[in-house]
Amino acid sequence: MNSSSHSRDIPYPDIVPIDEVAVNQRVARLNSRSIKKESKVAALEMALSMIDLTTLEGSDTPGKVIQLCHKAKEPHADMPDLPTVAAVCVYPNMVSVAEKALRGTEIHVAGVATAFPSGTATLDAKIEETKQVVGDGADEVDMVISRGEFLKGNYHYVFDEIAAVREAAGDAHLKVILETGELQTYENVRRASDLAIRAGADFIKTSTGKVKPAATQPVTLVMLEAIRDFYYKTDRMVGMKPAGGIRKAKQAIQYLVLVNETLGADWLTPDYFRFGASSLANDLLLQIVKQKTGVYQSSYYFSND
Amino acid sequence: MSDRVEVSKTYKTYIDGTFPRTESGRYYKVYDGNGDILANACQCSRKDVRDAVLAARDAFDGWSNRSAYNRGQILYRIAEMLETRKAQFIEELETIGYKTSDARSEVEASIDRLIYYAGWSDKYQQVFGSINPVASSHFNFSLPEPTGVVTIWAPGEQPLLGLISVIAPVIVGGNSCVVLSSEKYPLSAISFAEVLHSSDVPAGVVNILTGFRKELLKHMTSHMDVNAFFVTDPDIDREQRKQMDEHGALNLKHIIRKSVDNWEDKESKSPYFITDFQEIKTTWHPVGF
Repeated sequence: MNSSSHSRDIPYPDIVPIDEVAVNQRVARLNSRSIKKESKVAALEMALSMIDLTTLEGSDTPGKVIQLCHKAKEPHADMPDLPTVAAVCVYPNMVSVAEKALRGTEIHVAGVATAFPSGTATLDAKIEETKQVVGDGADEVDMVISRGEFLKGNYHYVFDEIAAVREAAGDAHLKVILETGELQTYENVRRASDLAIRAGADFIKTSTGKVKPAATQPVTLVMLEAIRDFYYKTDRMVGMKPAGGIRKAKQAIQYLVLVNETLGADWLTPDYFRFGASSLANDLLLQIVKQKTGVYQSSYYFSND
Repeated sequence: MSDRVEVSKTYKTYIDGTFPRTESGRYYKVYDGNGDILANACQCSRKDVRDAVLAARDAFDGWSNRSAYNRGQILYRIAEMLETRKAQFIEELETIGYKTSDARSEVEASIDRLIYYAGWSDKYQQVFGSINPVASSHFNFSLPEPTGVVTIWAPGEQPLLGLISVIAPVIVGGNSCVVLSSEKYPLSAISFAEVLHSSDVPAGVVNILTGFRKELLKHMTSHMDVNAFFVTDPDIDREQRKQMDEHGALNLKHIIRKSVDNWEDKESKSPYFITDFQEIKTTWHPVGF
């Protein structure tokens, strides 16, 4: 990566070779860390504060989004001191509903844009959608890259597209979804991460949640290393958001360990690390209440949304 | 004497249709009738209870939605499988000090007990349900429905017959369960898990742990996702009974203590063992014309 000092000028940096076996081993080793007692409670509450509470279904209704926003504001009524989640993430047509429901809180509104989840629309349409989402009150935009163009090797196109959406998003935080489940290799994940970061992403995000596999820890590690290398060169901190398939508190804590060991504690804030998830919130709550009461809990006593 | 080294069985636990070792990695010694070491059994921990309750909860919906007839068929199937393994169970009981005739009688009673409860599967709702007279134009009826996940302390004595006598009425009514086997005689419980495993019983409906009652009492009775707790030993001490009641009160569990001295007694089987783990649901249905 000798040529990357002119960060934004280089749409497709050199291939960074990734040692797949080493990545998997490092993840496995970090996963064996044991986080207990007070540290565990702190980690659980931290993870809760990092959630982008998400509903991205064709069947979403304003009622459902409003309910989700209530859950975001007050995750568990019995424990009013818990942190709120970081953001609520919805489809473009639900952004105004979420914005209204969350007005007056610190919780961000994230709208997915650019023909989520496939990303197969014209550039004009994508820019139009981005502007609409921001205009409706989203202060975060989750965009998808054109995986087809990327896999064809059309990196310029992907770079330019991200840059254009970056511009259309204005002041809103831009999260770029790489959809790593479709990128085939870790090298591709790394290259897409480098590309998105250089094109101006505030966050890079693993997946839409619509493609399997969604977020995995090895893929996250590869992306975190891209963020780290970029930070060493430019001093700019880019955020990370694994999304999809993270349902258990234990997994969430493992991700936090991964971030801490790769990027350090500066990244352990909702400003630089998020979980895209819906059912994770309740599992965290179950575990938090378990830690505080010493009694194993039942999901029966926790609201779904 | 042959040179062959005998292959002895590793007794593990039965959770979610698999045979894992205890997550704690702890074991305790089990002795035969002469006081010689027979095997190591898993000394399960609270985390094994947690895993087993999770499995039981996942299995509950599917199991309780099976037709009563099908649940009966499956109980009957367990009996069939046990019948084909009779010799093994008789031998296992002999090693812990049973006389051959007593062992045979306990195994046969166990098989018959399964058949007994299999027969009740599609009858207890008829017997205990009711159509109620009401003063409006409604068809009003009450039916017993399974309560959910039941944790069970299997009886300390009669390790096979006692075990089956507490599991069968709980599962025939559509509940799933987590059973802690007899502390002193855990081996036939784990062998019985192999029978369950080959009897069309869905994974997670019956989970069997081995270990110490004292250690697991709190977790088996306080878990918020458990709906009932079942114990039949006549000699549970006062302190433990108190703990059961207090933990059970957290989420209004049924704490069912039924004292049974001898599982070969006539009174040790009855449909009331089924209804103890049922909730009565009453439905008001408008009468239409």
